[in-house]
Amino acid sequence: MTGAWFDIAHMLAGGLVLLSLMLLYQDRMFALLNVFALHAVLLSLSVAWQAQVQHAPHLYITALIALVLKAVVIPVALRRIVVRLGIHRTIETVVGVGPTMLAGMGLVALSMVVMLKATAQADPLAREDLAFALSVVLLGLLMMVTRRNAVSQVVGFMSLENGMILAATGAKGMPLVVEISVAFSVLIAFIVIGVFLFRIRERFDSVDVGALDAFRGERW
Amino acid sequence: MVSPALLNPMLDALSAVLVIPAAGAVALALLPGYWLSARLNVLVSFATLLAAVSMLLERPVPGTFLFVDDLNIVFVVLTAFVAFTTSAFSASYIGHELASGRLTPRYLRFYHAMYQTLMFAMNLGLLANNIGLMWVAVELATLTTVLMVGIYRTHEAIEAAWKYFILGSVGIALALFGTILVYMAARPVLGEGQDAMVWTTLIKQSSGLSPELLNVAFVFLMLGYGTKVGLAPLHAWLPDAHAEGPTPISAVLSGLLLNVALYALLRFKMLLAGNPAAVAPGSLMVTMGLLSLIFAGFMLYRRRDIKRMFAYSSIEHMGLITFAFGMGGPLANFAGLLHMSMHSLTKSAIFFAVGHIAQAKGTQRMAEIRGLTESHPVLGWGLVLGVVAIAGLPPLGIFMSEFLIVSSTFARAPLLALLLVLGLLIAFGALLLRLSEVAFGEPTGSTAPVKASYAPLFAHLALVLAAGIYLPAPLVAWFQTVARLLG
Repeated sequence: MTGAWFDIAHMLAGGLVLLSLMLLYQDRMFALLNVFALHAVLLSLSVAWQAQVQHAPHLYITALIALVLKAVVIPVALRRIVVRLGIHRTIETVVGVGPTMLAGMGLVALSMVVMLKATAQADPLAREDLAFALSVVLLGLLMMVTRRNAVSQVVGFMSLENGMILAATGAKGMPLVVEISVAFSVLIAFIVIGVFLFRIRERFDSVDVGALDAFRGERW
Repeated sequence: MVSPALLNPMLDALSAVLVIPAAGAVALALLPGYWLSARLNVLVSFATLLAAVSMLLERPVPGTFLFVDDLNIVFVVLTAFVAFTTSAFSASYIGHELASGRLTPRYLRFYHAMYQTLMFAMNLGLLANNIGLMWVAVELATLTTVLMVGIYRTHEAIEAAWKYFILGSVGIALALFGTILVYMAARPVLGEGQDAMVWTTLIKQSSGLSPELLNVAFVFLMLGYGTKVGLAPLHAWLPDAHAEGPTPISAVLSGLLLNVALYALLRFKMLLAGNPAAVAPGSLMVTMGLLSLIFAGFMLYRRRDIKRMFAYSSIEHMGLITFAFGMGGPLANFAGLLHMSMHSLTKSAIFFAVGHIAQAKGTQRMAEIRGLTESHPVLGWGLVLGVVAIAGLPPLGIFMSEFLIVSSTFARAPLLALLLVLGLLIAFGALLLRLSEVAFGEPTGSTAPVKASYAPLFAHLALVLAAGIYLPAPLVAWFQTVARLLG
């Protein structure tokens, strides 16, 4: 594999990590959704690039699904939900921005150390892609932990799934079954989440998960 | 690339186990009317059971997507059996829910279709010969149970479903990452494409896979599928999901779905065990198992809700089983397998009793349930028997498997065995304490008789009792073969 191909693949995967870090500190709903849409666009570019490099045309389908569904349909739908619920104010974060970013950087460093060490014999593109993918996954997890708002938790979960797709497409020749199912499960997950948001709205007039914590079944 | 199983779908028991519930789900989604669909649900479950049992007699040919071996056939038959008895229990339980207005006919249609979808997903997970397919099946099972847990649409049910969904999805996502890493480890040896994800080829080549990648993969798989098993730091979804969903679903969750997740974990453990350079997966399982056991034991004391209490008891037992498989070796594995089957039967029986009790008393709060053996003798004594069994008293089946786990641990790691016994005693005390309050004394609340189906409850208890007194030799031989397989 020649230098330029390699560098572009790296740049795209590295860009995803950068956008994941940006997601961490977005404190407004619309900005959060915009960054997520950008995240999805970059993912689809990265997947398309992998399709080109690996000569695996079926990966274009995955790229297309990511582009249409995650970069357009879901952000638009979530934007509508946000408007309808009237929560386009600031997001409450459990931990402040500073500590969260520090934790995020720590996670990126951790995944680099773990992955590069574990995959010493694998080919360089795959191993570094995998390290980036793990960073995106861990940053998604971190985001889900630090947010209390249901919509931003969903965004955190979807950025985590983007990391999964990055990893799956980086693994050369992984059977098509899995990719389609990954994309499909995201769709199902979204429908389920949509239903939930609707119900939560219906029952609580709030999508703050903190409001849900009041009901435990233990405090009678 | 097409497997033989897919070419003759009608002739093969392997496909039948999947096709029957899938077709049943479609039929139940279309069929209005509670009476008919509840019976159809039982019928479909029974047909699945017959197909599963027929696989015992004639082992189908393994394909690239589906296969049957000594390990998964135990779970397939167990799943089909508990699914069948639960569908019988569900028929009478759901009738009461409809009468009391907690569920509407529209939701019931949804409920029955989801029930069969869940059976399909669990059977697919157990029979999958492809690690990707297995992951898809566990994900499908998670999504269906999320929908079922939220079906009552109360505050608590929605909170429980949301929590389950978020934690379950994160777990499932981590498991996928682990699956991808296993593929990466296998690719240099098995080549690109399908082969590197097929169990039968993976296991054969396990010693050649990259040990470092397998180590990292197992951490993710352990955390991912471990969330679904309900192991201690990742268990938070489990009590809520059990307490707020319909009771038949609690029975299926505890009795079957936790087993399916643990089965997935066992498969990957076999893969690591076959690779001498990889880290021994046992220590991680022992730690998490022991932690779950002791933690759940203490948590049992503070429960106020009867279904929640038995959910914590499930965490305790899954911890114990994970511990046994983590210890490894023929005896501990044998005990683990036996305990898995006994726990499935006993815990679902307890939920059958608890479901009817909660309906009879109109509450799940233990403080308001007293003197059951007087007000509802059959249900009350059924519960007493179930709790005595789950607490591990002789001569019931769980006593035997717990005894085997403890004695085999004493022989190899006495210090761990002390902790294990401590955990078991704590849980034992809590269960008997609560049982004495609920079952005996002056009856409170409604004493009106409840329309219940006792057959599933006592069928399970009879099996557990029979297994405790006498295990048939072929069954023992079989479990021993599987235990050796597990390493």
